[in-house]
Amino acid sequence: MKRVYMDHAAATPVRKQVIEAMLPYFDEDFGNPSAVYDIGSKIREVIEEQRGSVARLIGAESDEIIFTSSGAEANNLAIKGVALAWQKKGKHIIVSAIEHHSVINSARFLERMDFEVTFLPVDKHGLVDPERLSSAITPETILVSIMHANNEIGTIEPISELSAICRERGVIFHTDAVATVGNIPVDVNELDVDLLSISGASLGAPKGIGALYFRDNLRLMPLIHGGIQERGRRGGTENVPGIVGLGKASELAEKELPDKVSRVQELRDLLIAGVHERIEQIRYTGHPEKRLPGHASFCIAAIEGEALLFMLNQEGIYANTGSACASKALKISPVLVAIGIPPDLAQGSIVFTMSSSNNLEEIEYVLEKLPLAVDKLRSLSPVWRRKRAS
Amino acid sequence: MKFVENQPSDATLDLVCRACPLHLLEPGEKLKCLKKGQVLEVLTDYDGALEDIPRWCKRCGQEFIGVAEDDDCYKLYIRKVK
Repeated sequence: MKRVYMDHAAATPVRKQVIEAMLPYFDEDFGNPSAVYDIGSKIREVIEEQRGSVARLIGAESDEIIFTSSGAEANNLAIKGVALAWQKKGKHIIVSAIEHHSVINSARFLERMDFEVTFLPVDKHGLVDPERLSSAITPETILVSIMHANNEIGTIEPISELSAICRERGVIFHTDAVATVGNIPVDVNELDVDLLSISGASLGAPKGIGALYFRDNLRLMPLIHGGIQERGRRGGTENVPGIVGLGKASELAEKELPDKVSRVQELRDLLIAGVHERIEQIRYTGHPEKRLPGHASFCIAAIEGEALLFMLNQEGIYANTGSACASKALKISPVLVAIGIPPDLAQGSIVFTMSSSNNLEEIEYVLEKLPLAVDKLRSLSPVWRRKRAS
Repeated sequence: MKFVENQPSDATLDLVCRACPLHLLEPGEKLKCLKKGQVLEVLTDYDGALEDIPRWCKRCGQEFIGVAEDDDCYKLYIRKVK
């Protein structure tokens, strides 16, 4: 059966070059990087080289990168690490209402520790209003976290505008860039952020590795206390193969990004236009222009997104209903609620996230199978019959 | 322990929130970037550093100037001698 994978926001395949780069660090060069003998020092040097590759991809210095186990850990370290290190200055933090669970739930954890959290609303496209952010900042505010782009609706936030407000008010600014690094150009200096999260799984590196950029030796409370790894900011023996994988994936992403952006954007636009031509009563979610190049998201009236996913799965098409983490909970996406999608329409959410491995033939295949699946589900739907009758 | 006030410094190393033994590893690295005679200010919230850093200075041949207390940390001053 044909297999068309369009869920790159959930996970990306690990590139062959990445796997090859990682392999020696499972057997030949297996040593502990903290060991004092030459095997250890050689691996320490390799880790520092990879740190440089990750830093280059986002315009950072290599000593501004902390390796973590995932984008979620990077988000946890940014939010809790800043809050716990800076709580004497204030105990108020601001996050947007459409952040990933790893940000939202870190903020909720801090609420239990007597921090005050403001969940900032967004507009119908998912954009944070800079004026609204400015009004929400108080003398107690120590941290603002707004994601670079949303993985469910593809909207890219005006980060440099938001970070400028925080810079002026002396507030630390974090952005979750898991959805953007490797998909659009990301430069920490242009964005002017203090912290930025990266995930290997979204970048062609394996799962189980991520990184946090932190500006200029910013004070952070570690989440994992241990030895001298990551210069005392994240204990635990390093995931050397994962780090090498992330370094290699970053190197490839830096080279390939300009071509990738134009290629996937073309595929995305064809998919969006085709879906609108073939399916009635459908709402395109997220911002029409300020969005990720490979991201197409819709809410289709009178169907269940989960049922549609299963039908597409039978045709070898792999998509998502929202975030990979939320879709299993069969709960209406808080992101769709935040942008004002009515609950019945939000049930019909479907998200396609493309990469340069996708092609025109695959788009045509999706455009052939998706309308058939929607028609079949609607033919069984009393909601659809009522809509047609009215 | 010698306490100092308003000690000027040429560079600062912030080790607040970072646990033992970073306070014995990072100052040496940071001193490499300073010239002889320049002063490094080390910020730490680890009590053990009050004993460890003067001892480390003696062992490494650097001059320990003294310590000052801030709101949330100690400030230890090291003059690069060699």
